[in-house]
Amino acid sequence: MKRVVDPLVGRLSAPRSQSETIVFIVMVAALIAAPFFAYPLFLMQAMCFALFACAFNLLIGYVGLLSLGHALYFGWASYLSAYAAKAWGMPPLVAILIGTGTGALCGIVAGMLAIRSKGIYFAMITLAFAQMMFFFAVQAKFTGGEDGIQAVPRGHLFGLIDLRNDDAMYVVVLAIFLIGFLLIYRIIHSPFGEVLKAIRENEPRAISLGYKTERYKLMAFVLSATLAGLAGATKAIVLQLASLTDVNWPMSGDVVLMTLVGGLGTIFGPVVGAFTILAMQYRLSSLGEWVLVIQGVIFVACVLLFRRGIVGELANILRIRL
Amino acid sequence: MFEIFGIPSAALFGQLLIGLINGSFYALLSLGLAVIFGMLNIINFSHGAQYMMGAFAAYLLLQYTGLGYWPALIIAPILVGITGIIVERLFLQWLYKLDHLYGLLLTFGLALIIEGLARTNFGSAGLPYTMPPSLRGGHNLGFMFLPNYRAWVIVASLVVCFSTWYVLERTRLGAYLRAATENPALVRAFGINVPRMITLTYAFGVALAAFAGVMAAPIYNVSPQMGSDLIIVVFAVVVIGGMGSILGAIITGFGLGVVEALTKVFFPEASNTVIFVIMAIVLLVRPAGLFGRRGS
Repeated sequence: MKRVVDPLVGRLSAPRSQSETIVFIVMVAALIAAPFFAYPLFLMQAMCFALFACAFNLLIGYVGLLSLGHALYFGWASYLSAYAAKAWGMPPLVAILIGTGTGALCGIVAGMLAIRSKGIYFAMITLAFAQMMFFFAVQAKFTGGEDGIQAVPRGHLFGLIDLRNDDAMYVVVLAIFLIGFLLIYRIIHSPFGEVLKAIRENEPRAISLGYKTERYKLMAFVLSATLAGLAGATKAIVLQLASLTDVNWPMSGDVVLMTLVGGLGTIFGPVVGAFTILAMQYRLSSLGEWVLVIQGVIFVACVLLFRRGIVGELANILRIRL
Repeated sequence: MFEIFGIPSAALFGQLLIGLINGSFYALLSLGLAVIFGMLNIINFSHGAQYMMGAFAAYLLLQYTGLGYWPALIIAPILVGITGIIVERLFLQWLYKLDHLYGLLLTFGLALIIEGLARTNFGSAGLPYTMPPSLRGGHNLGFMFLPNYRAWVIVASLVVCFSTWYVLERTRLGAYLRAATENPALVRAFGINVPRMITLTYAFGVALAAFAGVMAAPIYNVSPQMGSDLIIVVFAVVVIGGMGSILGAIITGFGLGVVEALTKVFFPEASNTVIFVIMAIVLLVRPAGLFGRRGS
């Protein structure tokens, strides 16, 4: 009998190996070398989306909760970060922190309301809240409506280094990405992360063992929203733009697609997925609306044929943990 | 002409009518979602796209075969229902053993494909669809003007909603369906072809969406994004009503349409968000929804 491949259920951990460390070093080396070969602005944007996807994956891959509204945290963090930098003249790191805090705050409110429900209910509720906040963004004065917040100043790091220089900006984004990535890695491998995985595998059992699972889930949700906020806030400074695209539902769909393509519940999957999907969007941007169709086809193909995603399939073939 | 709370009656009743129209679409769509969910345990994210397909089918029938509104009202749902059968046989049937989330993700992908194809072929701008001549004009009721077509939409969707409810809750076929929802293996053992029933249920739910799409075509423009704008609100409606109940889906749909319209009269800034705010409140007070059962 053919085994049903479902990365969300019963994924046994492969024996501990050095594979994660080695791949991490390779990834860092590749990201340091990449600006010499690729367009730095693209790479910075891709790293922001990679962090966004990693944050999303923390929730779906390790707690089994599908949020269809992650654009809310990404987009609102992006708005607040852009507004702080432009209207209040905040230095870039402070602006990013303000954005991240916005993501956290939105995560706490939406999480408290959504976390009691499960499965598709949870997905629909998170989507509905994100849509509500999208309408707020359309109506609010400070977001600039259809124009968004444009020409956000990148400012000076610590008042010294001019971030209008792409090389300096690249280093900052790389540092933020790596901090976020390592934080997620740390969370997943902490005792807290083990409880999250236990909840994913069998929530009633986790409850019977005495864990207050709703608290754990809320905590994971807020962490995920915060990191999504960090990604969005950084993106606003890098691209010097915050717009309605960042808070609208296709953005939530994009991050699901990135994570799905890379591999749900793998550490490196969302990074690979984000770079793949973003590269595809850049390459195919001349095709216009066909990009939507192609993304849909990838969605369907991933769900039907490659539920483990690129990294998950690779890890399975090589029998290592990634 | 008289006034209610400082609002002219014609404006108030006009908005209420729009609310009932929107409510008819909420009810038809959330009914379809509930029927599909009951049988397949899948949240059909492409429901909005299939509603849009219904509208486009009506438009294309008129454009290329000259078939007008009334034939389209029958033919378009059948055509879209057939695509539903294909979708279920080709894709969905492989997902029943998996986590429900995969069904949602797959239909999300399908929605992107359908909307993308519609945009590449017809552009993002809306296409007009003329109202059937027999339903043009309207009646002056004294306190407001009632366009015939709008009255027809409300009546037709009420009839369709309640017939669906009747079939599911009061007939033998409905009993089979409900039994198969509870325990498919046992119903199969009694010699009923459950997989075929599942396929047809999906086709029926999709056809309901297409029916709503045809009815929407003369009111709104036929446009590729007409479905995705609507479906998220319908999701909120479904969460408020709770998944368990057919009647609940109908009542919540109409009720929220009216609430939304009243908000538009008294507090226009909040009209886009009021349904989501109600959803938040309902979640706090009754997490399973107004008509839902806990644990479903």
